[in-house]
Amino acid sequence: MTPTLRAEPRARSDATVLHDPTSELAPEMRPRRTPPPSLEGRVVALQGIGKLRSDEFLDHVKARLEARGIETIRTDKPTNARRAPVELLQRIATEADVVVQALAD
Amino acid sequence: MERTPLPEDGLAVVVKRDCPTCELVEPVLERLSAEGDGLAVFSQDDPDFPATVPGVIDDTELEHSFRLGIETVPTLVRFEDGRETGRTVGWDREKWRGLTSISDLGEDLPAFRPGCGSLSVAPGAAERLRARFGDTGLEARRVALEPHADSVEACFDRGWTDGLPVVPPTPERILRMLAGTSRAPGEIVGAVPPDYAECTVEKVAINAVLAGCKPEYMPVLLAALEAALDPDFTLHGILCSTCFTAPLIIVNGPVARRIGMNSGLNVLGQGNRANATIGRALNLIVHNVGGGRPGEIDRSTFGAPSKYTFCFAEDESDEEWEPLSVSRGLPRGTDAVTLFQGEGVQGIMDQGSRTPEELTASLAACLLAVCHPKICEWAHAVLLLSPEHYAIYREAGWGRARITEALIEATTRPLGEVARGAGGLAEGVPDSETRRQVPKFPPGGLLLARAGGAAGLYSAILAGWPGGRAWQHSHPITREIET
Repeated sequence: MTPTLRAEPRARSDATVLHDPTSELAPEMRPRRTPPPSLEGRVVALQGIGKLRSDEFLDHVKARLEARGIETIRTDKPTNARRAPVELLQRIATEADVVVQALAD
Repeated sequence: MERTPLPEDGLAVVVKRDCPTCELVEPVLERLSAEGDGLAVFSQDDPDFPATVPGVIDDTELEHSFRLGIETVPTLVRFEDGRETGRTVGWDREKWRGLTSISDLGEDLPAFRPGCGSLSVAPGAAERLRARFGDTGLEARRVALEPHADSVEACFDRGWTDGLPVVPPTPERILRMLAGTSRAPGEIVGAVPPDYAECTVEKVAINAVLAGCKPEYMPVLLAALEAALDPDFTLHGILCSTCFTAPLIIVNGPVARRIGMNSGLNVLGQGNRANATIGRALNLIVHNVGGGRPGEIDRSTFGAPSKYTFCFAEDESDEEWEPLSVSRGLPRGTDAVTLFQGEGVQGIMDQGSRTPEELTASLAACLLAVCHPKICEWAHAVLLLSPEHYAIYREAGWGRARITEALIEATTRPLGEVARGAGGLAEGVPDSETRRQVPKFPPGGLLLARAGGAAGLYSAILAGWPGGRAWQHSHPITREIET
């Protein structure tokens, strides 16, 4: 005797399926901001990232800028081994228009 | 929704030919098929079995066995109004009579015979069937390959590898890997630099599959990742640096033996699956989840073989030796990982020293070369003592603390030797330095560990990240492994 049948979901296909090991973040390309045509009237942040001897470079840039009457502020990452703290980034964004960053030793 | 052969009202039985109990009950199945509400018979291994029952349903794909949750054959199931109302496994005459309401069923058979294992729960089958017919619960994006695509090549094409082939992360492999931890797949372990993308336990498992891990490595890998993500480890700096650095994982505790890690012969070399794949998985997580890829954020000038994998267990066979994890504050016998900002291996060959003083002077001379002979206090290193070198210390009654103290003293040098320009070498300690003696290593910057094969008067320097010039910001991390 044939039993009455009831419904169940159909099996999936046999296609090979993998799961993505990445963060699945879409790369976001942001265009570089156009440099200002002039530094007149702007504040330049001189940012060290914690590498040695960046002071020498930034001191030199500071002297050159101030000789042209351009205001500067000095900012420093605590260490090159970590990202800049949010507070530091916010200070730069609030107080400066342009950043010069000393990356290397 | 498809119509399937499960009865709305009636009986179903799952059998396989390769089961003596299923063969025993064949006359019973023949009778049930012909009487009452009828019987749907599912055969796992041979659609022609049982030959005396018409309409046997081919379940060699095991879909119905999976959906019914069959663990033993034969299993007899009763349905009423489309719902299961009872089941029995093996041959138990009274229970079969109860389910079928046939009081003289199996009169000629013994009262009881145990069943056999269902093919749907054979090793490896459960995850495969869940991936194919069930809900895996996996959240990661599904990537369906083209028919006939080579899955290993597909992983290369998508940039998921470190340059070596990986194990394709299929759902069944990921499910098996997740079984190696009691932590929920959706739990966030931390944010992995440089993208600071949140990494779930599931993503850890996927990358563990890629690396070739076994599920039982998962607790070690999770602890290693958590240690690497400790802010004091400065993983971001390590992988962005122009230096050679990669995370070095040193494992302590009974877990090392349980999962078969190598602490002996060829300890830093190839051939041990746990050593090789745990270290590789951590680097793949950085690569895939963190986005730390060479040529992009990873700006290492030379790189190093350790960027593929760098992981081993410490030799704890000598009870007089204080294991690395104990020296860093954990109780003896605790499963632990220590993460170090490692580079590669510099071998030390000293077959002449016979006293601890001679050996210390010899090892110190070699340690001075870390980074550069005149770079001091930025240098970090793990010194790996072989059994034969350690024996020289052990026989003299020297333990970890005394060896470390002696090496720190022997690597501390007069400023005049290490100052910039001294000896005709421009590199060196800054001229403004006012101390008379300059230590080679910062406090805690020299770690000792024991490992290696029984023969060989060697030690090994595993140099650390000279980016640790900001040494007060970058430290090795020791973390207990939760099992």
